Amino acid sequence: MTDKTNIIIVYAHPRRDLSRANEQLINAAAELGHVKIVDLYAEYPTYYIDIVQEQERLIAHDVIVLQFPLYWYSTPALLKEWQDQVLEYGFAYGDGGTALAGKKLLCVITAGGSKDTYSSNGTNNYPLSTLLTPIQQTAILCDMEFLSPLVLYSAKCAATDDRIDTHIQHYLTTLTNLKGAQ
Amino acid sequence: MLTGLLFQAFVYLIASVITVPIAKRLGLGSVLGYLIAGVMIGPILGIVGSETEALQQFAEFGIVMMLFLVGLELEPKLLWDMRRRLLGLGGLQLGACVAAVTGVGVLLGLSWQIALIIGLIVTQSSSAIVLQTLTEKGLMKTDGGEASFATLLFQDIAVIPTLAIIPLLAMPDIIGDANIGAAGQAHETLLAALPGWARVLATFAAVGVVVCGGHFLMRPLLRFIGESKLREIFTAAALLLVIATALLMELVGLSPAFGTFLAGVVLANNEYRHELESDIAPFKGLLLGLFFITVGAGIDVTVLLSEYGVILAMVVGIIALKFTVLFGMSKLLKVSHSASWLVGLGLCQVGEFGFVLINFSTQNHALPSELGQMLSLVVALSMMLTPFLFIAYDKFIMKPEHDSDVRDADNIDDIGNVIIAGHGRFGQVVNRLLLAMGYKTVVLDHQSSVVDDMRRFGIRTFFGDASRPDLLIAAGLSDAKILIVAIDDVERSVEIVKFARRERPDLHIIARARNRVHVYTLYQAGASDIVRETFDSAMRAGRYALTALGEHPFQAERVSSLYTKFDRKALAQMAPFYSDDGTLANEAGFKNALEEYKVNLTDAIALLQGEKHARGEKGWTPPPRSFYERQTMNNPQDDSENSKPYPAEF
Repeated sequence: MTDKTNIIIVYAHPRRDLSRANEQLINAAAELGHVKIVDLYAEYPTYYIDIVQEQERLIAHDVIVLQFPLYWYSTPALLKEWQDQVLEYGFAYGDGGTALAGKKLLCVITAGGSKDTYSSNGTNNYPLSTLLTPIQQTAILCDMEFLSPLVLYSAKCAATDDRIDTHIQHYLTTLTNLKGAQ
Repeated sequence: MLTGLLFQAFVYLIASVITVPIAKRLGLGSVLGYLIAGVMIGPILGIVGSETEALQQFAEFGIVMMLFLVGLELEPKLLWDMRRRLLGLGGLQLGACVAAVTGVGVLLGLSWQIALIIGLIVTQSSSAIVLQTLTEKGLMKTDGGEASFATLLFQDIAVIPTLAIIPLLAMPDIIGDANIGAAGQAHETLLAALPGWARVLATFAAVGVVVCGGHFLMRPLLRFIGESKLREIFTAAALLLVIATALLMELVGLSPAFGTFLAGVVLANNEYRHELESDIAPFKGLLLGLFFITVGAGIDVTVLLSEYGVILAMVVGIIALKFTVLFGMSKLLKVSHSASWLVGLGLCQVGEFGFVLINFSTQNHALPSELGQMLSLVVALSMMLTPFLFIAYDKFIMKPEHDSDVRDADNIDDIGNVIIAGHGRFGQVVNRLLLAMGYKTVVLDHQSSVVDDMRRFGIRTFFGDASRPDLLIAAGLSDAKILIVAIDDVERSVEIVKFARRERPDLHIIARARNRVHVYTLYQAGASDIVRETFDSAMRAGRYALTALGEHPFQAERVSSLYTKFDRKALAQMAPFYSDDGTLANEAGFKNALEEYKVNLTDAIALLQGEKHARGEKGWTPPPRSFYERQTMNNPQDDSENSKPYPAEF
């Protein structure tokens, strides 16, 4: 345990083969070497999550990254199931639930719509900062620090208009800065 | 008489058993091993002598068998895809080589007829050495391997017209001093008495018999024989097939090697292909080995010593000339650089058909016998040099490009590397799923009725007992990605897994297990994934029962998932207490593990059913009421919570 990586990325993508942006992001992160990556859909293809294993993983890391494409203004279903099962009473919150206290939570999200659509006069009406409040409040209840999320808007055309490379760089810098964080 | 025969067999066998493994270990390859064995027992120790010539004719049948096996590997479609190379590379190099050698011969003062015959003889490369070596080195499917094969095949086919041309080149002055009556007698075929058009007709008819017979007749015939379940009769049938084809070809004056190759291609789609392959392969191996030994043993030391200058010059000259032509033509036809070197270095010897053509030419008085003797030596020596040229290729050419070369070949077959042993109720389902996803599978089953049924539905299935190692090898074990052992015979499935694991430490093996003890033995044998054949279905039945008893379907699902997980974990924990024959090796350890398992499982299910909160396998349950009561008491803090700044807009 002396050489433990302090960042864990919980990656939830049900169709990695169709991914345009998330795959590039996760592959770049994997190159870093000091992050632990959990491909949630690969480990639990039947949605039957090994709660003990997941809790042990969270205990072993200081920074928890949730990386996912935005589905219906929220996480893909398996990542929600993961929250329901793993962040349980007595572990993450409630009586004796202090396992995550002091850790940092970072959401890394790709969204199909452009940034303009996520505003009071856009199609999606609400900014992401409002839509993500359930996750933010989860972090608060677990006594975790909710870091400002990394969002890639208009993810489908990010590769064609050259934004993906800057975003990857941004992601890697963030992860590297978090490496020493406690 | 018997003692003499036994002694001879003893000498040949012991020479190869000693020399070949040593040569292989030293990286010289098996062909050179056999050649050295031949030189040892022939010219050096003098144990065998002139009888090698008779033996050689017999051993040449190994080449015929080899081409049959090559044909079996080559579906008609592949052959058609090869046509450009076959005609282009094969035809060009043949023409250029004959022209070059003939030219040099004439310049050296030979008559044009003799020069042409020598040209035709030395064009022939050695299929026996080259194919054997390429297979051994795993180069058959590389670019260079395919180009070599195309060239060799064209040369083999070219033997047929060559045999027709040679008698026309006979020299009156050579015939003069021989007994004219015997000329060509040995090679007169049954058709000699027929008029020309009938002969052509008969030739086409023979090819038609091979193609149609192979296509329509062999399947029911082999099934009938396969159903008798007599292994040796199937082997006999396989041998009969090859021999009958060769005989038919001889009768109409075609090359037996070409005929059996054709038969092989016709049978390449047949479900008995792997069975035939593994039956013929040992005979081919032994006969080819014998052939190489006779080449080594047949070196005539007296001629070699008296004429060594001329002979060595001829060997070097011919090898250099052939290399230049082969390398140049490959380059011309845009074969890759390293592949061109492989074709050039690999095929620059004179092959076994050289002996056949030399004998034929001297018998037809187209070649003076002293020259024939010297040429025989040249052929033998050039064959003996070939393994060294392959070693040179390995050392100097292959290194830099090798990786990419081999990987290219891999990608082509990437999807096709699943072997399924057993195509009963279990293997079928697995196979259909893989096929539906577009993966190619090779399926083996030992019941011909199963094989036939599958064929009717268009599923490629091969007949054969998958527990036979040679058959697994023939099915492509050496480059398979996954082996699925789906047969229901407990002992044989363990045998298959053991053998496959020994051959391929990196192979992913999925095995079907009958019961727990079978799981343990399969685990010891080295299976990667072990599936109990009835466990999953029993679990589903249990789930239906729970639902029918009033449990919520989702709860039933979770209990059965939990149960499955515990059960599999326990199996893995208990497996080490068994020895590899399925008996309990450590009873105390096993009992402890079993007790622990029972306790854990009971606890887990109790937790799952109750609302009690504790760490363990339980999944979501509502937090206790006290939690919510405290929350309402925290109201005053809510304002401060709300006043927490949200992260800046993102």
